[in-house]
Amino acid sequence: MPAEPAALPWRDLDAGPVLPGETSRRFLTGDWRERRPRLDLDRCVHCLLCWLYCPDTSVLVAGGRVVGIDLDYCKGCGVCAAVCPPSAAAITMVEEER
Amino acid sequence: MSTVVARRQGLTGNDAVALAWRQINPDVVAAYPITPSTQVVERFARYLADGEATTEFVPTESEHSAISACVGASAAGARVMTATSSQGLALMHEVLYIASGLRLPIVMAVATRALSAPLNIHGDHSDVMGSRDAGWVQLYAGTVQEAYDLSILAVRVAERARVPVMVCLDGFTLSHSLEPVLVYADDAVRAFVGEARTSGYRLLDGEGAGPLTVGPLALPDAYMDFRRALANAMGRALEVIAGETAAFNAHFGRDLPVHLEASGLEEADGALLLLGSTADVVREALAGRSSASGRIGVVRLLTFRPFPAEAVRQALSHVARVVVMDRADSLSTLGGPLGIEVRAALYGQAFPPAVTDVIYGLGGRELRARDLERLRALFQEEPVPGPVYLGVEDG
Repeated sequence: MPAEPAALPWRDLDAGPVLPGETSRRFLTGDWRERRPRLDLDRCVHCLLCWLYCPDTSVLVAGGRVVGIDLDYCKGCGVCAAVCPPSAAAITMVEEER
Repeated sequence: MSTVVARRQGLTGNDAVALAWRQINPDVVAAYPITPSTQVVERFARYLADGEATTEFVPTESEHSAISACVGASAAGARVMTATSSQGLALMHEVLYIASGLRLPIVMAVATRALSAPLNIHGDHSDVMGSRDAGWVQLYAGTVQEAYDLSILAVRVAERARVPVMVCLDGFTLSHSLEPVLVYADDAVRAFVGEARTSGYRLLDGEGAGPLTVGPLALPDAYMDFRRALANAMGRALEVIAGETAAFNAHFGRDLPVHLEASGLEEADGALLLLGSTADVVREALAGRSSASGRIGVVRLLTFRPFPAEAVRQALSHVARVVVMDRADSLSTLGGPLGIEVRAALYGQAFPPAVTDVIYGLGGRELRARDLERLRALFQEEPVPGPVYLGVEDG
């Protein structure tokens, strides 16, 4: 979060806050994470429950199979680990290290 | 009389708003019925059923949804209207800020009404005063004619000032009372409001050029600049209202007052200042009469948001005493919203009039003859810091 005001020219903002689409892609929201998911692909059964439940679409899927976690947007909520079937236990939450 | 006047017709305030809407033929109306504004949408739905308007009508499951649908439709470039009252306006509250923050020219009719508890369906200004800081222009009708006129004027004000507009008509006193109204020809109304000015609206500029993000996150480095721009737009709305009222009067051959109507102020020693339909009653009651402390004029504001401070200062520049009549309480112990703002507008003047704030008519309580006597007596008494409660035992 920038600390200094960007000195936006408010006189140019008369039509309200409108931006081009998909700008959220450029706004990385994973940097306040306290824990990160660790994915063990050897244990994953590709049930896709983690993909379904992830609030930030951070579970990366290709060809119907989980291929990784997008940590640029993952906030470490742990939902993926919570819904991962205990018999697989492919996702565990670990302490974030920076 | 200009040829744009088609006829003289008996209309209730709600009828008049619905008639204006039919003539404007907005792109979208989204609404949820609530007393006393229900008939606005009922009448308008009948016009639609009879094929007299081509508006897309969205009957929603709540007022929160109604105003949300208005926000979406307006952001897409549609000319949009809705109507509500009381708890319905309160339920819209969250989205009111989104409409103004996104700079959407939505027009809303508010048949003003008390807020619960206790439950009360009758008229006062508690509901609209609850949204006075939401970034909406607020215009107050004094008659059914004005409810009709302001409904038409509001379209141009909203689209030119790029802020949403509430047209407030006193619940039951105007919303349900029949008055003779000069109705303009459909063509004249359409010519005045013109085509929706969506082509100049930035939200549609991206059409065909990919998706748009409307209402993105703005962090501390950007949010305040948007709010500064909105504050500027509200300041400019005062000029827009003045200019559009002049255009309205020229187009329809009318004499709608700009921001306020002052009467009997010549040689007056004191003035009553208030909003809405009560002004006609007190003007009649005071006409030609002098109190022990001199003559009393009446100032009725049509514009409350933005606050027409300069016009108020000018209107009150020659009176020694002002009694502000508030039909809502701020519960701050300082008085009602109108009284507090009048005091603020007068502060710093070389010789400001002394102001007494009166809370009256909450929940539809009538003004009685002895209340008018009390009002007259207030001009002789020392002003008190807090409000005087008119019509309750011991004030």
